[in-house]
Amino acid sequence: MKSEYVIRTHGLTRYFGANRAVYELDLKVPRGGIFAFLGRNGSGKSTVIRMLLGLLEATRGGGEILDCDISALGPEMRARIGYLTEEHQVYGWMSVRECEEFQSKFYPKWNENIFRGVVQHFGLKAEAKVKNLSRGERAGLCLGLTLAPDPELLILDDPALGLDPVARRSLVESMIQLTRRSDRTIFFSTHQLDDMERVADYVAVLDQGVLRACCPLDLFRDSVRQVQLRFSSNPPALPEIPGLIQAVRTDTAIRIVCVNYDEKVNEVLQSLKPDEMEISEIRLEDALISYLGRHGEKSFVLSETAQP
Amino acid sequence: MNLNISISTGSSTPIYRQITDQVRHAVATGRLAVDEQLPSVRALAEELVLNPNTVARAYADLAREGLIESRPGRGVFVVRKRRVFSREEGRRRLEPLIDALIGEAMAMDFTPGQLVETFESKMRDWKYEEWSSSKR
Repeated sequence: MKSEYVIRTHGLTRYFGANRAVYELDLKVPRGGIFAFLGRNGSGKSTVIRMLLGLLEATRGGGEILDCDISALGPEMRARIGYLTEEHQVYGWMSVRECEEFQSKFYPKWNENIFRGVVQHFGLKAEAKVKNLSRGERAGLCLGLTLAPDPELLILDDPALGLDPVARRSLVESMIQLTRRSDRTIFFSTHQLDDMERVADYVAVLDQGVLRACCPLDLFRDSVRQVQLRFSSNPPALPEIPGLIQAVRTDTAIRIVCVNYDEKVNEVLQSLKPDEMEISEIRLEDALISYLGRHGEKSFVLSETAQP
Repeated sequence: MNLNISISTGSSTPIYRQITDQVRHAVATGRLAVDEQLPSVRALAEELVLNPNTVARAYADLAREGLIESRPGRGVFVVRKRRVFSREEGRRRLEPLIDALIGEAMAMDFTPGQLVETFESKMRDWKYEEWSSSKR
């Protein structure tokens, strides 16, 4: 029987020398839908992805991808996983058509309709030489090559990197189309929060190699609240607040961002006797920056990848 | 049918709520009539370039409020609205909007009389009076 998760890791950890790149990662990616993997540059996203694909050995811990141990992925398994790397690797001297012919030899289940659909969507001609393609066109070609074997699981490492808005929109549309089939899963890393907001069902946030959130996107949003407290004089010191991820003080105000705002937090804040207290929703970008910014408290982890 | 929903990413309002707000508004103002058909989840998701699950969630919320219903094999339709929010809840939702309105008006040096006049003129534009009495 197929597991409900396409990716699971258990305490996945990787050191480069004395540098801790990924630490005790327990990632769960449910089957079906689109999963966004967020984090700053150098937070360890690519290292995680390379370990998931068996391209890099874990120092400790492990995981399964499509129910197969990540340290023992054979060619058959790899054919069920589509992987788009950060740098698109294709040969400049080939034409778009030649790229397809070349790549299709490696895959028994090559679907040329998918390939044509994607490259047309990006406005590519079959005779065009790869070396003459723009960055966006090249991304379209690579996406087509990755999608044509009709993989169950698609792993995209920053697919939007360097793309113009039109190419990015094509990418987003392709992602939505691909997950029309409910058994198809996309796991992608990105810095494009606008695109992410349009497509993602789930989100994971990696911070300095540590998983800080892993849950449905709606839950991530609903859980984060911003509270503005105003005082007539200098604000008092903040007591311990459960779920606090950011606190910024000014002369007469404190702005806090916290996860899982509830009655208990409300009581703590009321006890500071502010003149005014305003609770508001927060933009996704601000929520993420609160999680990852310098002011962030590192204590809180939000984790719940339940099926929607 | 053209719903004319516009989505902005990077807003503090989640996308599914932007959809529910705009459909509610269209129904309240009569731009969407009772028994009028809405686009399918798939079609609207494609038009707005969104994950279909987001549209599905918005439709589910609207159905729960009793604003729309799914008729099997035929599609999604607007149904007669029953009041969903209590007066108190309605007030709680309306007040921040009024606060914002008054604040803006003060910042732009409107007199109270000018503000009320503008407000009343807008209500006439919306045919608010007729809409309200038609509901009784």
